[in-house]
Amino acid sequence: MNTVRQSLFHQGFLDEQFVQLEELQDDANPNFVEEVVTLCYRDSHRLILNLEQALQKSPLDFNQLDSYMQQLKGSSSSIGAKKVKAQCTLFREYCKAGSGEGCFRTFQQLKKEHTALKRKFEAYFQMKRQAGPSQIASRPK
Amino acid sequence: MENGFSSPRSDAFPIGLRVLVVDDDPTWLKILEKMLKKCSYEVTTCCLAREALSLLRERKDGYDIVISDVNMPDMDGFKLLEHVGLEMDLPVIMMSVDGETSRVMKGVQHGACDYLLKPIRMKELRNIWQHVLRKKIQEGRDIEGHDVIEGIHILRNVADRYDDSQFLRGEELFSVRKRKDIDKHEDKDFCDTSSTKKARVVWSVDLHQKFVKAVNQIGFDKVGPKKILDLMNVPWLTRENVASHLQKYRLYLSRLQKENDPKACFVVGMKHTDSCSKDGDGNFGLRSSLAVPQNDVTNSSFSFSGDNFLLQNVDSIGCEVDRKRVVQEHTSEPKRAAARSVPEPIKSRCTQMKFNNSIHSVEPEGKFAAFDPSNRSCYPWVEAPEIKFKQESKPLVHLEGDFNQFPPTVPPHQVQMDPLQSISSISSGRSATEKDIANSIESKPPYSEDCSQQMVHLNLPKTPTDSFSGKAKSFNEMNDHFDPNSTTTAPMGKNQNFNLSCISTDLGSGLPFATIDEDLQGYLLQDGCYPKDLEHQIIQFPDYGDPGIFTEVPTHLYDAMRFGYDYSYDPTEYPVIDEGLFIA
Repeated sequence: MNTVRQSLFHQGFLDEQFVQLEELQDDANPNFVEEVVTLCYRDSHRLILNLEQALQKSPLDFNQLDSYMQQLKGSSSSIGAKKVKAQCTLFREYCKAGSGEGCFRTFQQLKKEHTALKRKFEAYFQMKRQAGPSQIASRPK
Repeated sequence: MENGFSSPRSDAFPIGLRVLVVDDDPTWLKILEKMLKKCSYEVTTCCLAREALSLLRERKDGYDIVISDVNMPDMDGFKLLEHVGLEMDLPVIMMSVDGETSRVMKGVQHGACDYLLKPIRMKELRNIWQHVLRKKIQEGRDIEGHDVIEGIHILRNVADRYDDSQFLRGEELFSVRKRKDIDKHEDKDFCDTSSTKKARVVWSVDLHQKFVKAVNQIGFDKVGPKKILDLMNVPWLTRENVASHLQKYRLYLSRLQKENDPKACFVVGMKHTDSCSKDGDGNFGLRSSLAVPQNDVTNSSFSFSGDNFLLQNVDSIGCEVDRKRVVQEHTSEPKRAAARSVPEPIKSRCTQMKFNNSIHSVEPEGKFAAFDPSNRSCYPWVEAPEIKFKQESKPLVHLEGDFNQFPPTVPPHQVQMDPLQSISSISSGRSATEKDIANSIESKPPYSEDCSQQMVHLNLPKTPTDSFSGKAKSFNEMNDHFDPNSTTTAPMGKNQNFNLSCISTDLGSGLPFATIDEDLQGYLLQDGCYPKDLEHQIIQFPDYGDPGIFTEVPTHLYDAMRFGYDYSYDPTEYPVIDEGLFIA
């Protein structure tokens, strides 16, 4: 399990913010990390939908896109989703440059990273739950 | 926790600090909540700015500090910041994933006490209590401006922060300044707050409306706390409350204006610290540190403190690029050049004096100085027209019996004497900007002459052009210039030792004055120059220069006036120094 976790860092999926989250987890919130990640994914899903819609508009409203992407960036920064965050940054640069093409491309890449990380998380948390029965506790509301 | 921080002396502080977190991102909200709880703070979260605002309005004294995201769908975080600043007067920390300087600057300009970048770390949050405490301290000073803070001041030494950066923003400076410094002084400052605590006035929408109405009625140019207070007719409100709010309001307006005027100068924050020798013999220690950032605007503050005597001086200099314009302004509108001052009777128990001097630049458009960003630090708390000076009137000098009998013989001086006063306050302002002066030297005979003369007094070897051309230099000059003159006023005639040391680390040089005796002598001897000097000035100082006494102070005022700056002084408003920089 630890190796799975380590690989998330080594492969650049996560940064130290994730460690911060782990440090916040305590007896009062034994599932804190998972709760936060779940919450983050729920929220980012909504944001990605927003972006998808905004990207269908013509002409593109770069301000709007940028603002959505900023939210997504904030969201992914909360769990230390390094790769996703990097794509967000890139996307915003394309917004600034007014490159619709760049935005589309980056957005596809972003979604890929987003999903990939999600899978990793799922696997990791499942493993964790199996490993430590004490942590089965309560799932997020 | 019911009363959280309202009892700042509680040993528990900062435990139980009541924090309101506003962020539209639910994930961050959750994380921040957890983090803050781990710090033993009491956390309230909400995901909408409007909701936050109504929460704040509902429980008026329910929170100690607000942390808000910059980007929120329902209301711009800056807007929220503005509201909180005006209505609740709470410290607000902004946060964002965006660390662009322009964003951060906007936050600071809108009054954020800090700007945190996401991902936010626990250690950053743990320290937020300092903003609350700082505010308390400032409020304490707000109300009891004359209170004794036995030579204890928070070190506001910006020196180490000074670099060549274009803008030094006070807010930032303060928050970034060395932690050590804070800690060192924390305990003592802590005690001070307790004695100087005041009830926080919550500026409800209604109250604020009343306030705005009063301001409009009076006219922005002539507005003063007292007048507003009278017009508002709210019995429990004090002049200080109004003054403090007026200050914020002006800041607010100046920001608005600035947003529309990209050319407007940035505020340059100057922090100055001192802590002084407390020597019964009246030794004066003087230290000043300057950070002189930029060509456009310079705020500098000096303080002098010594045995029962603290003098805070702020020069805030706003300089317009168009110098001629300023001159015109000055000549055509003498009123504007007048110095204003509010003589506050100082109780004999007072052992601390505070001064704020600010010289407001006159905007090229002829707008009232209050719109100039440089005004952040000070406003003319004018009591009424009586205190306005006519152009040819003398600088107002408050004298204090302690030091000596000031002969009120100098007719052109307005000398106000209060038998009860045991402290002298000298208001003086020195205004100069490198550019300005340099220009003036070339183009405006009267100014240049003046400059050079002053130079001669102070730094004999230096040539005038030289002196104000470089930042560091110019400010050393100003230091030189300033120090002796401020001190001369006080203990004339007594044989006192002065220890003057100029610490201007940031400027890379300190010019220690060996002894003021010499300097004094120098001044006395050179005094003859003054009348001459003054004759060249637009403003006439006919009888100026009773040698023994006000050797130099008036010239500074003169500068202020001649430059067409508004000059203001109010001993009670010391905290504006801070507030200008650490916007509420």
